[in-house]
Amino acid sequence: MNLRIIKAGVLDTIQDMGRYGWQQLGINPGGVMDKWAAQAANILVGNDMKEAVVEIHFPASDFFFEKPVLIAVCGADFSPYLNGEEIPCWQPILVNRFSILQFYGIKKGARAYLAIHGGLDVPTWLNSQSTNLKAGIGGYKGRALQKEDEIAIHSLSPELLSVLDKKEFIILPWKANTTWDDNERTEILILPGNEWDRLDSLSKEDFLHQPFTISHQSDRMGYRLQAPSLSVQSNEEVISSAVSFGTVQLLPDGQLIVLMADHQTTGGYPRVAHIISAHHSKLAQMKAGDKIYFKLTNHETAENLLVKQQQHLLQLQNACTFKLSELFKTA
Amino acid sequence: MNNPAIPYRIFPLGDSAITIDFGNVINESINKEVIARFNQLQERPLPETIEMIPAYSSLTIYYNLLALKKKINNNVTVFEWMKEQLDESLKMPVQENRIAKKIVRIPVCYESEFSPDIQQLATAKNITVDEIIQIHTASSYKVYMLGFLPGFAYMGEVDEKIVMPRKPQPQNVVAGSVGIAGRQTGIYPLASPGGWQIIGRTPLKLFDAGREEPVLLKAGDTVQFYSISNDEFKNY
Repeated sequence: MNLRIIKAGVLDTIQDMGRYGWQQLGINPGGVMDKWAAQAANILVGNDMKEAVVEIHFPASDFFFEKPVLIAVCGADFSPYLNGEEIPCWQPILVNRFSILQFYGIKKGARAYLAIHGGLDVPTWLNSQSTNLKAGIGGYKGRALQKEDEIAIHSLSPELLSVLDKKEFIILPWKANTTWDDNERTEILILPGNEWDRLDSLSKEDFLHQPFTISHQSDRMGYRLQAPSLSVQSNEEVISSAVSFGTVQLLPDGQLIVLMADHQTTGGYPRVAHIISAHHSKLAQMKAGDKIYFKLTNHETAENLLVKQQQHLLQLQNACTFKLSELFKTA
Repeated sequence: MNNPAIPYRIFPLGDSAITIDFGNVINESINKEVIARFNQLQERPLPETIEMIPAYSSLTIYYNLLALKKKINNNVTVFEWMKEQLDESLKMPVQENRIAKKIVRIPVCYESEFSPDIQQLATAKNITVDEIIQIHTASSYKVYMLGFLPGFAYMGEVDEKIVMPRKPQPQNVVAGSVGIAGRQTGIYPLASPGGWQIIGRTPLKLFDAGREEPVLLKAGDTVQFYSISNDEFKNY
């Protein structure tokens, strides 16, 4: 009795918070693109925040639940439907056996996360369940989900089963608040990179004032940005050195690329900026054609914003733990 | 070890990592310092270290920002605090690497089936294919760092006579391919697009997820290539 894929999506993979500790061997951490949404989804179903989830792109897979489950879908809104009825995102849902979860269209965002109470039973490789597509390992057989794949999932507790009874599904009456961030959606805060001065003063102005469009050549590895080329001050080689999620690299032709979850461990392009950690999730929900503006910030703000984001998650966790325990009592 | 201190600079790599840079160069003694500092900080890690990446001339430390934020005085940023810790630990003399240096012998078949770019290299450098093989197998190479792909070792430095820049456009490269880029030599652990000049292929698996140690080479190892025939490759 499993979670079964009855129609394959374009790129749905199992991811957790990443495979850390092996970058010194060239093994990239991977993990979810939108950590905030994935963690919120886990919290809503009573999981550890770091539990593995299914990261879903559109067109999405059709998921068939062979046993009763508690789920939440967070991140992008791809119009989720359960047995033909529309269901909300960011809300826990008790689902009976033999139900089908489908996604009908993109309303908002680029990646949705499906969390299931108890997590996904796939093997762990180097302390992580994330799928490394390049190395073909981790997650479900090291690849994107395909038709007829079956992922083992855990059984619901008797309490939750009795709440569900014979109903097809129950939308539990609480919801994650997604508006923790006061910054404008298109404004992406950055810290200057070590090679920031490779941009001449005019290009620095452009960098901070012109819009950049996410191009179609954007994926889990990185986003290519479209804008008039920036002037490269010096073509002195940068000897290969570490890069990170959110590193903004300047290509020799004056175009920019932002490194995302599946980025390489090291790179030799000038690192002109780094997107602050608290804004990675925002960026992860951008899609081709979306525009962003970069704004310089400092370490203090970057650090405080991440703390604020984390506090928001912890509050959500406290509230959900309470709500779920109440549910057990009434059962 | 009593070597004169190598000047360094510390800079942030975003808000959750910090880099010590010993000077944007490919140089054996600088790389030795990087690896010695890497070993030192593995033995005595800075608080809340997630992991470290040693590169040619830099060492990057990734840290748990949220955990450090709880730990330290609110008047300084985590970056400033980490920089101070790092400056302190860099004052300590580096220990001579106590781990025995590993020498790895790597068989390579340089025959045309496996070396799409060797003929062009010979023409460009005005030498024969046999001379390229002789030169490539004559020296041993130091593994400076790993990066780019799981298990991809950046090694150097190759003899000036076979130095060749990267190709302008990346091409599809088969797993096991041995290549040259500038003064570096390396082996593709996985099939991947890449721009290195491919002069041979090894039957060894540089990366194997099923192995207990998935990656064959580590920074600081020494590699010695030796030539094998097509038959030996196929029966390896």
